Amino acid sequence: MSVLVFLEHHGGQLEKGPLGVLTKAATLGDADLAGVLVGAGVRELASEAGKFGAAKVFVWDDQSLEAPLPQPRVDALAALVEQHSFQTILFAGSVLATDVAAGLAARLEAGLNWDLVDLVAQDGELVGKRPALQDTVYADVGWTSTPRLALFRSGAFDAAASGGGEPEVEEFSAEPRTFSTAATMVEQAHEESSGPALDEADVIVAGGRGLGAPEKFTLVEELAKALGGAVGATRAVVDAGWYPYAHQIGQTGKTVSPKLYVAVGISGAIQHKVGMQGSNVIVSINKDSNAPIFEYSDLAVVGDLHEIVPKLTELVRQKKGN
Amino acid sequence: MKIAVCVKQVPEGTKRLDPATKRLDRSGEGALNPFDANAVEEGLRVKERSGDGEVVVLTMGPPAAADAIRKALAMGADRAVHVADDNIAGSDLLATSRVLAAALAREEPELVLFGQQSSDSDGAVLWAAVAERLERPVISQVAELTVDGRKVRGKRQTEYGYDVIEAPLPAVIAVSDAVNEPRYPSLKGIMGAKKKPQEHLSLGDLGLDAAQAGEGGSATTVLALSEPPPRGESRRIEGDGAVAEIVAFLEEKRLV
Repeated sequence: MSVLVFLEHHGGQLEKGPLGVLTKAATLGDADLAGVLVGAGVRELASEAGKFGAAKVFVWDDQSLEAPLPQPRVDALAALVEQHSFQTILFAGSVLATDVAAGLAARLEAGLNWDLVDLVAQDGELVGKRPALQDTVYADVGWTSTPRLALFRSGAFDAAASGGGEPEVEEFSAEPRTFSTAATMVEQAHEESSGPALDEADVIVAGGRGLGAPEKFTLVEELAKALGGAVGATRAVVDAGWYPYAHQIGQTGKTVSPKLYVAVGISGAIQHKVGMQGSNVIVSINKDSNAPIFEYSDLAVVGDLHEIVPKLTELVRQKKGN
Repeated sequence: MKIAVCVKQVPEGTKRLDPATKRLDRSGEGALNPFDANAVEEGLRVKERSGDGEVVVLTMGPPAAADAIRKALAMGADRAVHVADDNIAGSDLLATSRVLAAALAREEPELVLFGQQSSDSDGAVLWAAVAERLERPVISQVAELTVDGRKVRGKRQTEYGYDVIEAPLPAVIAVSDAVNEPRYPSLKGIMGAKKKPQEHLSLGDLGLDAAQAGEGGSATTVLALSEPPPRGESRRIEGDGAVAEIVAFLEEKRLV
Protein backbone atom coordinates (compact mmCIF):
# COMPACT_ATOMS: atom_id res chain seq x y z
CA MET A 1 0.00 0.00 0.00
CA SER A 2 1.25 3.43 -0.81
CA VAL A 3 0.42 6.56 1.12
CA LEU A 4 0.27 10.15 -0.10
CA VAL A 5 0.14 13.09 2.31
CA PHE A 6 -1.14 16.51 1.20
CA LEU A 7 1.53 18.98 2.32
CA GLU A 8 0.27 22.45 3.02
CA HIS A 9 2.52 25.44 3.26
CA HIS A 10 2.27 29.08 4.26
CA GLY A 11 4.76 31.92 4.32
CA GLY A 12 7.57 29.82 2.84
CA GLN A 13 7.23 26.99 5.36
CA LEU A 14 5.55 23.63 5.52
CA GLU A 15 2.65 23.60 7.95
CA LYS A 16 3.01 21.56 11.14
CA GLY A 17 -0.34 19.81 10.69
CA PRO A 18 0.59 17.81 7.57
CA LEU A 19 4.08 17.17 8.98
CA GLY A 20 2.32 15.63 11.98
CA VAL A 21 0.31 13.46 9.61
CA LEU A 22 3.54 12.44 7.83
CA THR A 23 5.03 11.57 11.22
CA LYS A 24 2.00 9.41 11.96
CA ALA A 25 1.99 7.79 8.52
CA ALA A 26 5.66 6.86 8.92
CA THR A 27 4.73 4.76 11.97
CA LEU A 28 2.30 2.68 9.91
CA GLY A 29 5.28 0.87 8.50
CA ASP A 30 5.03 1.92 4.89
CA ALA A 31 8.24 2.39 2.96
CA ASP A 32 6.31 3.98 0.14
CA LEU A 33 5.42 7.21 1.90
CA ALA A 34 5.10 10.26 -0.30
CA GLY A 35 4.07 13.87 0.03
CA VAL A 36 2.58 16.24 -2.49
CA LEU A 37 3.35 19.96 -2.64
CA VAL A 38 1.37 22.28 -4.86
CA GLY A 39 1.92 26.03 -5.08
CA ALA A 40 4.20 28.80 -6.29
CA GLY A 41 7.84 28.74 -5.17
CA VAL A 42 7.40 25.52 -3.21
CA ARG A 43 10.14 23.41 -4.80
CA GLU A 44 12.67 24.16 -2.08
CA LEU A 45 10.28 23.13 0.72
CA ALA A 46 10.27 19.52 -0.43
CA SER A 47 13.44 18.44 1.38
CA GLU A 48 11.96 19.42 4.77
CA ALA A 49 9.29 16.72 4.31
CA GLY A 50 12.05 14.08 4.15
CA LYS A 51 12.92 14.70 7.78
CA PHE A 52 9.39 13.68 8.74
CA GLY A 53 9.42 10.45 6.81
CA ALA A 54 8.55 11.23 3.19
CA ALA A 55 10.65 9.07 0.86
CA LYS A 56 9.40 11.00 -2.11
CA VAL A 57 7.80 14.39 -2.69
CA PHE A 58 5.76 15.23 -5.76
CA VAL A 59 6.02 18.90 -6.59
CA TRP A 60 3.90 21.05 -8.86
CA ASP A 61 5.47 24.48 -8.66
CA ASP A 62 3.70 27.05 -10.78
CA GLN A 63 2.86 30.73 -10.44
CA SER A 64 -0.76 30.00 -11.35
CA LEU A 65 -1.05 27.95 -8.15
CA GLU A 66 -0.04 30.72 -5.79
CA ALA A 67 -3.53 31.30 -4.35
CA PRO A 68 -4.45 28.54 -1.91
CA LEU A 69 -7.67 27.60 -3.71
CA PRO A 70 -8.92 24.03 -3.45
CA GLN A 71 -10.14 23.09 -6.89
CA PRO A 72 -6.83 23.26 -8.82
CA ARG A 73 -5.40 21.06 -6.06
CA VAL A 74 -8.12 18.51 -6.67
CA ASP A 75 -6.94 18.39 -10.30
CA ALA A 76 -3.36 17.96 -9.11
CA LEU A 77 -4.05 15.15 -6.67
CA ALA A 78 -6.43 13.36 -9.03
CA ALA A 79 -3.71 13.30 -11.69
CA LEU A 80 -1.14 11.94 -9.22
CA VAL A 81 -3.44 9.24 -7.93
CA GLU A 82 -4.21 8.20 -11.48
CA GLN A 83 -0.52 7.92 -12.38
CA HIS A 84 0.73 6.29 -9.21
CA SER A 85 -2.30 4.42 -7.83
CA PHE A 86 -1.97 5.61 -4.24
CA GLN A 87 -4.03 3.49 -1.89
CA THR A 88 -4.31 6.03 0.90
CA ILE A 89 -4.40 9.82 0.78
CA LEU A 90 -4.09 11.72 4.05
CA PHE A 91 -4.98 15.32 4.88
CA ALA A 92 -4.39 17.41 7.99
CA GLY A 93 -7.54 19.36 8.78
CA SER A 94 -7.55 22.95 7.55
CA VAL A 95 -9.89 25.21 5.60
CA LEU A 96 -8.04 24.38 2.37
CA ALA A 97 -7.46 20.67 2.99
CA THR A 98 -11.11 20.07 3.87
CA ASP A 99 -12.29 21.39 0.52
CA VAL A 100 -9.52 19.56 -1.37
CA ALA A 101 -10.27 16.24 0.35
CA ALA A 102 -14.03 16.46 -0.24
CA GLY A 103 -13.62 17.51 -3.87
CA LEU A 104 -11.11 14.72 -4.48
CA ALA A 105 -13.44 12.16 -2.89
CA ALA A 106 -16.15 13.06 -5.39
CA ARG A 107 -13.70 13.18 -8.33
CA LEU A 108 -12.26 9.74 -7.57
CA GLU A 109 -15.46 8.23 -6.13
CA ALA A 110 -13.32 7.46 -3.11
CA GLY A 111 -14.47 7.20 0.49
CA LEU A 112 -13.54 10.04 2.82
CA ASN A 113 -13.56 9.76 6.61
CA TRP A 114 -13.12 13.10 8.35
CA ASP A 115 -12.37 14.56 11.75
CA LEU A 116 -10.18 11.57 12.58
CA VAL A 117 -7.89 11.73 15.59
CA ASP A 118 -6.00 8.51 14.85
CA LEU A 119 -5.35 5.90 12.22
CA VAL A 120 -4.28 2.33 13.02
CA ALA A 121 -3.53 -0.82 11.06
CA GLN A 122 -5.84 -3.57 12.27
CA ASP A 123 -5.69 -7.05 10.69
CA GLY A 124 -4.10 -5.53 7.61
CA GLU A 125 -6.83 -2.93 7.25
CA LEU A 126 -6.65 0.74 8.11
CA VAL A 127 -9.10 1.86 10.76
CA GLY A 128 -9.76 5.51 11.61
CA LYS A 129 -10.76 6.78 15.03
CA ARG A 130 -13.39 9.45 14.94
CA PRO A 131 -14.89 11.23 17.93
CA ALA A 132 -18.56 11.93 17.22
CA LEU A 133 -21.48 13.80 18.74
CA GLN A 134 -19.37 16.45 20.48
CA ASP A 135 -16.77 13.80 21.34
CA THR A 136 -19.23 11.83 23.51
CA VAL A 137 -18.67 8.66 21.50
CA TYR A 138 -15.77 7.29 19.47
CA ALA A 139 -16.39 5.54 16.18
CA ASP A 140 -14.02 3.15 14.45
CA VAL A 141 -14.42 3.89 10.77
CA GLY A 142 -13.22 2.08 7.71
CA TRP A 143 -13.25 2.16 3.94
CA THR A 144 -14.93 -0.30 1.59
CA SER A 145 -12.89 0.66 -1.46
CA THR A 146 -9.64 2.29 -2.48
CA PRO A 147 -8.21 4.81 -2.56
CA ARG A 148 -9.04 5.68 1.03
CA LEU A 149 -9.14 9.35 1.92
CA ALA A 150 -8.68 10.49 5.51
CA LEU A 151 -8.94 14.01 6.90
CA PHE A 152 -7.54 14.39 10.39
CA ARG A 153 -8.68 16.79 13.05
CA SER A 154 -6.45 19.82 13.31
CA GLY A 155 -3.56 19.13 15.69
CA ALA A 156 -4.20 15.36 15.82
CA PHE A 157 -0.50 14.50 15.66
CA ASP A 158 2.71 16.21 16.70
CA ALA A 159 5.29 16.67 13.99
CA ALA A 160 8.49 14.86 14.95
CA ALA A 161 11.51 14.65 12.70
CA SER A 162 12.38 10.98 12.31
CA GLY A 163 15.85 11.49 10.93
CA GLY A 164 14.87 10.70 7.38
CA GLY A 165 17.13 11.84 4.60
CA GLU A 166 16.72 13.90 1.49
CA PRO A 167 13.54 12.77 -0.29
CA GLU A 168 13.38 12.02 -3.98
CA VAL A 169 11.67 14.93 -5.69
CA GLU A 170 9.53 14.42 -8.75
CA GLU A 171 7.98 17.32 -10.56
CA PHE A 172 4.55 16.86 -12.07
CA SER A 173 1.72 18.89 -13.48
CA ALA A 174 -1.91 18.35 -14.36
CA GLU A 175 -4.38 19.72 -16.84
CA PRO A 176 -6.66 22.07 -14.90
CA ARG A 177 -10.39 21.63 -15.43
CA THR A 178 -12.24 24.74 -16.57
CA PHE A 179 -14.42 24.97 -13.49
CA SER A 180 -11.45 24.37 -11.21
CA THR A 181 -9.84 27.63 -12.21
CA ALA A 182 -13.06 29.70 -12.28
CA ALA A 183 -12.71 30.98 -8.71
CA THR A 184 -10.02 33.59 -8.16
CA MET A 185 -8.39 35.07 -5.10
CA VAL A 186 -9.08 38.80 -5.03
CA GLU A 187 -7.39 39.46 -1.72
CA GLN A 188 -5.34 36.91 0.13
CA ALA A 189 -5.16 36.70 3.90
CA HIS A 190 -1.98 38.04 5.37
CA GLU A 191 -0.56 37.35 8.76
CA GLU A 192 -1.70 39.70 11.49
CA SER A 193 1.62 41.08 12.64
CA SER A 194 0.60 42.64 15.92
CA GLY A 195 -1.43 40.81 18.47
CA PRO A 196 -1.44 39.53 21.97
CA ALA A 197 1.13 36.92 22.95
CA LEU A 198 -1.61 34.35 23.45
CA ASP A 199 0.80 31.44 23.02
CA GLU A 200 2.83 32.50 26.04
CA ALA A 201 0.04 33.63 28.37
CA ASP A 202 -0.38 31.64 31.60
CA VAL A 203 -3.98 32.74 31.86
CA ILE A 204 -6.45 33.30 29.04
CA VAL A 205 -9.98 34.57 29.43
CA ALA A 206 -11.93 34.05 26.23
CA GLY A 207 -15.34 35.30 25.20
CA GLY A 208 -17.95 33.88 22.86
CA ARG A 209 -21.31 34.72 21.47
CA GLY A 210 -22.94 34.20 24.88
CA LEU A 211 -21.69 37.69 25.74
CA GLY A 212 -24.61 38.96 23.71
CA ALA A 213 -23.04 42.13 22.33
CA PRO A 214 -19.57 43.34 21.28
CA GLU A 215 -19.36 45.93 24.07
CA LYS A 216 -19.74 43.13 26.62
CA PHE A 217 -16.18 42.09 25.81
CA THR A 218 -15.14 44.57 28.50
CA LEU A 219 -16.34 41.94 31.00
CA VAL A 220 -13.81 39.52 29.54
CA GLU A 221 -11.07 42.15 29.38
CA GLU A 222 -11.52 43.14 32.99
CA LEU A 223 -11.48 39.59 34.27
CA ALA A 224 -8.37 38.92 32.17
CA LYS A 225 -6.71 41.99 33.64
CA ALA A 226 -7.61 40.95 37.19
CA LEU A 227 -6.16 37.48 36.58
CA GLY A 228 -3.12 38.89 34.80
CA GLY A 229 -4.03 37.12 31.59
CA ALA A 230 -4.67 37.66 27.90
CA VAL A 231 -7.98 37.91 26.05
CA GLY A 232 -9.15 35.28 23.60
CA ALA A 233 -12.19 35.08 21.32
CA THR A 234 -14.12 32.47 19.38
CA ARG A 235 -14.43 32.32 15.61
CA ALA A 236 -18.10 33.26 15.81
CA VAL A 237 -17.46 36.60 17.53
CA VAL A 238 -14.40 37.36 15.43
CA ASP A 239 -16.34 36.67 12.24
CA ALA A 240 -19.13 38.87 13.56
CA GLY A 241 -16.63 41.69 14.02
CA TRP A 242 -16.88 41.85 17.83
CA TYR A 243 -13.18 41.27 18.41
CA PRO A 244 -10.01 41.25 16.28
CA TYR A 245 -8.88 38.10 14.52
CA ALA A 246 -5.51 38.19 16.26
CA HIS A 247 -7.28 37.07 19.45
CA GLN A 248 -9.03 34.09 17.92
CA ILE A 249 -8.56 30.68 19.46
CA GLY A 250 -9.57 27.54 17.61
CA GLN A 251 -8.98 25.56 14.48
CA THR A 252 -8.77 28.73 12.41
CA GLY A 253 -6.90 30.76 14.95
CA LYS A 254 -4.37 30.15 17.65
CA THR A 255 -3.83 26.92 19.55
CA VAL A 256 -3.11 27.65 23.19
CA SER A 257 -2.34 25.69 26.34
CA PRO A 258 -2.27 28.09 29.30
CA LYS A 259 -2.34 27.08 32.95
CA LEU A 260 -5.83 28.51 33.24
CA TYR A 261 -8.43 28.96 30.53
CA VAL A 262 -11.64 30.74 31.43
CA ALA A 263 -14.35 30.38 28.77
CA VAL A 264 -17.05 33.02 29.07
CA GLY A 265 -20.23 32.50 27.06
CA ILE A 266 -18.57 29.93 24.81
CA SER A 267 -20.60 26.89 23.77
CA GLY A 268 -17.46 24.93 22.90
CA ALA A 269 -17.85 23.70 19.35
CA ILE A 270 -15.13 21.36 18.06
CA GLN A 271 -13.63 24.25 16.12
CA HIS A 272 -12.95 26.01 19.42
CA LYS A 273 -12.08 22.89 21.40
CA VAL A 274 -9.13 21.92 19.23
CA GLY A 275 -7.55 25.29 19.95
CA MET A 276 -7.68 25.13 23.75
CA GLN A 277 -8.18 21.57 24.96
CA GLY A 278 -4.51 21.38 25.97
CA SER A 279 -5.10 23.97 28.70
CA ASN A 280 -4.17 22.80 32.16
CA VAL A 281 -7.32 23.93 33.95
CA ILE A 282 -10.50 24.90 32.12
CA VAL A 283 -13.23 26.91 33.82
CA SER A 284 -16.32 27.67 31.78
CA ILE A 285 -19.27 29.92 32.49
CA ASN A 286 -22.39 29.41 30.41
CA LYS A 287 -26.09 29.67 31.04
CA ASP A 288 -26.87 26.63 28.88
CA SER A 289 -26.40 23.59 31.10
CA ASN A 290 -26.05 21.43 27.97
CA ALA A 291 -23.20 23.48 26.48
CA PRO A 292 -20.63 21.07 25.00
CA ILE A 293 -17.80 22.97 26.66
CA PHE A 294 -18.94 21.62 30.04
CA GLU A 295 -17.96 18.15 28.81
CA TYR A 296 -14.31 19.12 28.91
CA SER A 297 -14.23 21.71 31.69
CA ASP A 298 -12.63 21.13 35.08
CA LEU A 299 -15.08 23.56 36.58
CA ALA A 300 -18.44 24.04 34.87
CA VAL A 301 -20.34 27.08 36.06
CA VAL A 302 -23.96 27.12 34.96
CA GLY A 303 -25.28 30.65 35.24
CA ASP A 304 -25.63 34.14 33.84
CA LEU A 305 -22.19 35.43 32.90
CA HIS A 306 -23.41 39.02 33.10
CA GLU A 307 -23.97 38.56 36.82
CA ILE A 308 -21.12 36.21 37.59
CA VAL A 309 -18.20 37.75 35.70
CA PRO A 310 -18.25 41.27 37.22
CA LYS A 311 -18.52 39.79 40.72
CA LEU A 312 -15.77 37.31 39.96
CA THR A 313 -13.52 40.10 38.68
CA GLU A 314 -14.13 42.06 41.84
CA LEU A 315 -13.42 39.11 44.12
CA VAL A 316 -10.24 38.19 42.23
CA ARG A 317 -9.07 41.80 42.55
CA GLN A 318 -9.67 41.68 46.30
CA LYS A 319 -7.77 38.40 46.67
CA LYS A 320 -4.87 39.69 44.61
CA GLY A 321 -4.84 42.89 46.64
CA ASN A 322 -4.22 40.92 49.81
CA MET B 1 -32.05 34.50 -9.93
CA LYS B 2 -32.75 30.96 -8.89
CA ILE B 3 -31.17 30.08 -5.55
CA ALA B 4 -31.11 26.58 -4.10
CA VAL B 5 -30.42 26.11 -0.40
CA CYS B 6 -29.46 22.63 0.75
CA VAL B 7 -30.75 21.91 4.24
CA LYS B 8 -30.66 19.02 6.63
CA GLN B 9 -32.89 17.89 9.42
CA VAL B 10 -31.01 17.05 12.60
CA PRO B 11 -32.28 15.44 15.80
CA GLU B 12 -33.21 17.88 18.53
CA GLY B 13 -31.69 17.75 22.00
CA THR B 14 -29.25 15.05 23.01
CA LYS B 15 -28.10 13.02 20.05
CA ARG B 16 -27.28 9.34 20.20
CA LEU B 17 -26.02 6.67 17.88
CA ASP B 18 -28.11 3.55 17.46
CA PRO B 19 -25.84 0.70 18.62
CA ALA B 20 -27.47 -1.72 16.15
CA THR B 21 -27.10 0.29 12.94
CA LYS B 22 -24.25 2.51 14.24
CA ARG B 23 -26.14 5.37 12.63
CA LEU B 24 -27.51 8.48 14.22
CA ASP B 25 -30.82 7.80 15.93
CA ARG B 26 -33.25 9.99 14.01
CA SER B 27 -36.40 8.64 15.63
CA GLY B 28 -37.01 11.60 17.98
CA GLU B 29 -37.97 15.20 17.34
CA GLY B 30 -36.08 16.90 14.56
CA ALA B 31 -35.31 20.44 13.55
CA LEU B 32 -33.59 22.43 10.84
CA ASN B 33 -29.81 22.17 11.26
CA PRO B 34 -29.09 25.55 12.90
CA PHE B 35 -26.19 26.27 10.52
CA ASP B 36 -28.57 25.80 7.59
CA ALA B 37 -30.80 28.59 8.90
CA ASN B 38 -27.93 30.95 8.01
CA ALA B 39 -27.90 29.57 4.48
CA VAL B 40 -31.67 29.98 4.11
CA GLU B 41 -31.43 33.52 5.46
CA GLU B 42 -28.63 34.38 3.05
CA GLY B 43 -30.62 32.97 0.14
CA LEU B 44 -33.59 35.12 1.11
CA ARG B 45 -31.38 38.21 1.40
CA VAL B 46 -29.81 37.65 -2.01
CA LYS B 47 -33.27 37.34 -3.49
CA GLU B 48 -34.57 40.40 -1.65
CA ARG B 49 -31.61 42.52 -2.71
CA SER B 50 -31.94 41.54 -6.34
CA GLY B 51 -35.66 42.23 -6.28
CA ASP B 52 -36.72 39.02 -7.94
CA GLY B 53 -35.91 35.36 -8.09
CA GLU B 54 -36.77 32.18 -6.33
CA VAL B 55 -35.41 30.37 -3.27
CA VAL B 56 -35.79 26.61 -3.42
CA VAL B 57 -34.95 24.50 -0.37
CA LEU B 58 -33.61 21.07 -1.06
CA THR B 59 -33.25 18.28 1.43
CA MET B 60 -32.68 14.57 1.42
CA GLY B 61 -33.74 12.43 4.30
CA PRO B 62 -36.58 10.51 5.89
CA PRO B 63 -40.18 11.80 5.72
CA ALA B 64 -39.63 13.47 9.11
CA ALA B 65 -37.25 15.90 7.40
CA ALA B 66 -40.42 17.81 6.61
CA ASP B 67 -39.83 19.79 9.84
CA ALA B 68 -36.68 21.32 8.41
CA ILE B 69 -38.46 22.12 5.16
CA ARG B 70 -41.39 23.71 6.96
CA LYS B 71 -39.08 25.99 8.92
CA ALA B 72 -37.24 27.09 5.77
CA LEU B 73 -40.53 27.75 3.97
CA ALA B 74 -41.85 29.65 7.00
CA MET B 75 -38.74 31.83 6.91
CA GLY B 76 -39.66 32.74 3.35
CA ALA B 77 -38.33 30.17 0.89
CA ASP B 78 -40.63 29.78 -2.11
CA ARG B 79 -40.81 26.03 -2.51
CA ALA B 80 -39.19 22.79 -1.44
CA VAL B 81 -37.78 19.66 -3.00
CA HIS B 82 -37.50 16.65 -0.70
CA VAL B 83 -35.62 13.57 -1.84
CA ALA B 84 -37.06 10.80 0.29
CA ASP B 85 -36.36 7.21 -0.53
CA ASP B 86 -36.05 4.05 1.55
CA ASN B 87 -32.68 3.45 -0.02
CA ILE B 88 -30.92 6.63 1.06
CA ALA B 89 -30.48 5.84 4.77
CA GLY B 90 -26.84 5.29 5.63
CA SER B 91 -25.52 7.43 2.78
CA ASP B 92 -21.99 8.72 3.35
CA LEU B 93 -20.39 11.76 1.75
CA LEU B 94 -20.10 10.11 -1.67
CA ALA B 95 -23.68 8.88 -1.79
CA THR B 96 -25.14 12.06 -0.29
CA SER B 97 -23.27 14.34 -2.68
CA ARG B 98 -24.33 12.12 -5.60
CA VAL B 99 -28.03 12.39 -4.72
CA LEU B 100 -27.91 16.12 -3.96
CA ALA B 101 -25.97 16.87 -7.14
CA ALA B 102 -28.57 14.96 -9.17
CA ALA B 103 -31.39 16.93 -7.56
CA LEU B 104 -29.53 20.22 -8.09
CA ALA B 105 -28.75 19.40 -11.71
CA ARG B 106 -32.49 19.03 -12.25
CA GLU B 107 -33.15 22.49 -10.80
CA GLU B 108 -30.21 24.27 -12.45
CA PRO B 109 -29.93 27.07 -9.87
CA GLU B 110 -27.44 29.88 -10.42
CA LEU B 111 -26.49 29.92 -6.76
CA VAL B 112 -26.30 26.90 -4.46
CA LEU B 113 -26.01 27.65 -0.75
CA PHE B 114 -24.97 25.41 2.14
CA GLY B 115 -24.58 26.05 5.87
CA GLN B 116 -21.10 25.71 7.32
CA GLN B 117 -21.56 22.26 8.84
CA SER B 118 -24.18 19.90 10.15
CA SER B 119 -24.64 19.95 13.89
CA ASP B 120 -25.03 16.17 14.07
CA SER B 121 -22.16 14.81 11.98
CA ASP B 122 -19.88 17.86 12.36
CA GLY B 123 -19.26 17.43 8.68
CA ALA B 124 -17.98 20.35 6.67
CA VAL B 125 -17.32 18.46 3.49
CA LEU B 126 -20.51 18.20 1.49
CA TRP B 127 -20.40 21.39 -0.55
CA ALA B 128 -16.97 20.78 -2.04
CA ALA B 129 -18.07 17.30 -3.13
CA VAL B 130 -21.32 18.63 -4.60
CA ALA B 131 -19.47 21.45 -6.40
CA GLU B 132 -17.11 18.87 -7.88
CA ARG B 133 -19.98 16.75 -9.15
CA LEU B 134 -21.76 19.80 -10.60
CA GLU B 135 -18.45 21.06 -12.02
CA ARG B 136 -18.90 24.47 -10.46
CA PRO B 137 -16.60 26.77 -8.53
CA VAL B 138 -16.90 26.63 -4.75
CA ILE B 139 -16.23 29.14 -1.99
CA SER B 140 -16.49 27.89 1.59
CA GLN B 141 -16.71 29.46 5.06
CA VAL B 142 -18.11 32.69 3.61
CA ALA B 143 -18.75 35.33 6.27
CA GLU B 144 -19.71 38.09 3.82
CA LEU B 145 -21.40 37.40 0.52
CA THR B 146 -22.05 39.76 -2.35
CA VAL B 147 -23.73 38.79 -5.57
CA ASP B 148 -23.03 41.21 -8.36
CA GLY B 149 -24.55 40.47 -11.71
CA ARG B 150 -22.86 37.32 -12.93
CA LYS B 151 -20.32 37.14 -10.14
CA VAL B 152 -20.28 36.14 -6.52
CA ARG B 153 -17.73 37.37 -4.02
CA GLY B 154 -17.08 35.88 -0.62
CA LYS B 155 -14.99 37.05 2.30
CA ARG B 156 -13.98 34.14 4.42
CA GLN B 157 -11.79 33.28 7.33
CA THR B 158 -8.85 30.90 7.10
CA GLU B 159 -6.05 30.03 9.48
CA TYR B 160 -4.21 33.16 8.42
CA GLY B 161 -6.84 35.88 8.33
CA TYR B 162 -9.43 36.81 5.74
CA ASP B 163 -9.48 35.90 2.05
CA VAL B 164 -11.69 37.48 -0.56
CA ILE B 165 -12.56 35.07 -3.36
CA GLU B 166 -14.57 35.72 -6.48
CA ALA B 167 -16.28 33.25 -8.77
CA PRO B 168 -18.58 33.44 -11.78
CA LEU B 169 -22.12 32.11 -11.45
CA PRO B 170 -23.31 29.41 -11.32
CA ALA B 171 -21.41 28.67 -8.12
CA VAL B 172 -21.64 26.74 -4.87
CA ILE B 173 -21.22 28.73 -1.65
CA ALA B 174 -21.02 27.53 1.94
CA VAL B 175 -21.72 30.32 4.43
CA SER B 176 -20.40 30.54 7.97
CA ASP B 177 -22.77 31.18 10.85
CA ALA B 178 -21.36 34.68 11.12
CA VAL B 179 -22.77 35.66 7.73
CA ASN B 180 -26.11 36.83 9.14
CA GLU B 181 -28.62 36.52 11.95
CA PRO B 182 -31.40 34.26 10.68
CA ARG B 183 -34.90 35.75 10.93
CA TYR B 184 -37.61 34.13 12.98
CA PRO B 185 -40.53 32.94 10.92
CA SER B 186 -43.51 35.28 11.29
CA LEU B 187 -46.94 33.90 12.08
CA LYS B 188 -47.93 34.75 8.53
CA GLY B 189 -44.88 32.90 7.28
CA ILE B 190 -45.71 29.84 9.34
CA MET B 191 -49.31 29.79 8.11
CA GLY B 192 -48.26 30.45 4.52
CA ALA B 193 -45.64 27.68 4.56
CA LYS B 194 -48.31 25.02 4.41
CA LYS B 195 -49.55 26.26 1.08
CA LYS B 196 -46.15 26.44 -0.60
CA PRO B 197 -45.30 23.81 -3.18
CA GLN B 198 -43.40 20.76 -1.91
CA GLU B 199 -42.13 18.19 -4.33
CA HIS B 200 -41.21 14.68 -3.23
CA LEU B 201 -38.68 12.81 -5.31
CA SER B 202 -37.42 9.25 -5.25
CA LEU B 203 -34.01 8.10 -6.43
CA GLY B 204 -35.70 6.89 -9.59
CA ASP B 205 -37.05 10.37 -10.27
CA LEU B 206 -33.43 11.56 -10.24
CA GLY B 207 -32.29 8.83 -12.59
CA LEU B 208 -30.39 7.06 -9.82
CA ASP B 209 -30.73 3.46 -8.81
CA ALA B 210 -30.79 2.12 -5.27
CA ALA B 211 -27.16 0.98 -5.39
CA GLN B 212 -25.97 4.56 -5.93
CA ALA B 213 -27.27 5.70 -2.54
CA GLY B 214 -27.38 4.40 1.01
CA GLU B 215 -24.76 1.96 2.16
CA GLY B 216 -24.41 0.46 -1.30
CA GLY B 217 -23.47 3.82 -2.77
CA SER B 218 -21.06 4.62 0.03
CA ALA B 219 -17.36 3.85 0.39
CA THR B 220 -16.95 4.36 4.13
CA THR B 221 -18.33 2.37 7.01
CA VAL B 222 -18.66 2.55 10.77
CA LEU B 223 -17.07 -0.56 12.28
CA ALA B 224 -17.56 -0.09 16.00
CA LEU B 225 -18.55 2.42 18.65
CA SER B 226 -16.81 2.94 21.95
CA GLU B 227 -16.73 5.22 24.96
CA PRO B 228 -14.44 8.22 24.65
CA PRO B 229 -11.26 8.19 26.71
CA PRO B 230 -12.07 9.36 30.25
CA ARG B 231 -11.31 12.92 31.18
CA GLY B 232 -10.26 14.10 34.60
CA GLU B 233 -12.86 14.89 37.20
CA SER B 234 -15.18 17.72 36.37
CA ARG B 235 -17.05 19.78 38.93
CA ARG B 236 -20.31 21.52 38.18
CA ILE B 237 -21.71 24.42 40.14
CA GLU B 238 -24.65 26.78 39.82
CA GLY B 239 -26.63 29.24 41.89
CA ASP B 240 -25.81 32.12 44.20
CA GLY B 241 -22.57 30.90 45.70
CA ALA B 242 -20.97 30.33 42.31
CA VAL B 243 -18.56 33.27 42.40
CA ALA B 244 -17.09 32.35 45.78
CA GLU B 245 -16.81 28.73 44.65
CA ILE B 246 -14.94 29.70 41.48
CA VAL B 247 -12.42 31.69 43.50
CA ALA B 248 -12.06 28.84 46.01
CA PHE B 249 -11.43 26.47 43.10
CA LEU B 250 -8.79 28.79 41.61
CA GLU B 251 -7.10 29.11 45.00
CA GLU B 252 -7.08 25.36 45.43
CA LYS B 253 -5.36 25.07 42.04
CA ARG B 254 -3.02 27.92 43.01
CA LEU B 255 -4.17 30.00 40.09
CA VAL B 256 -4.92 33.19 42.02
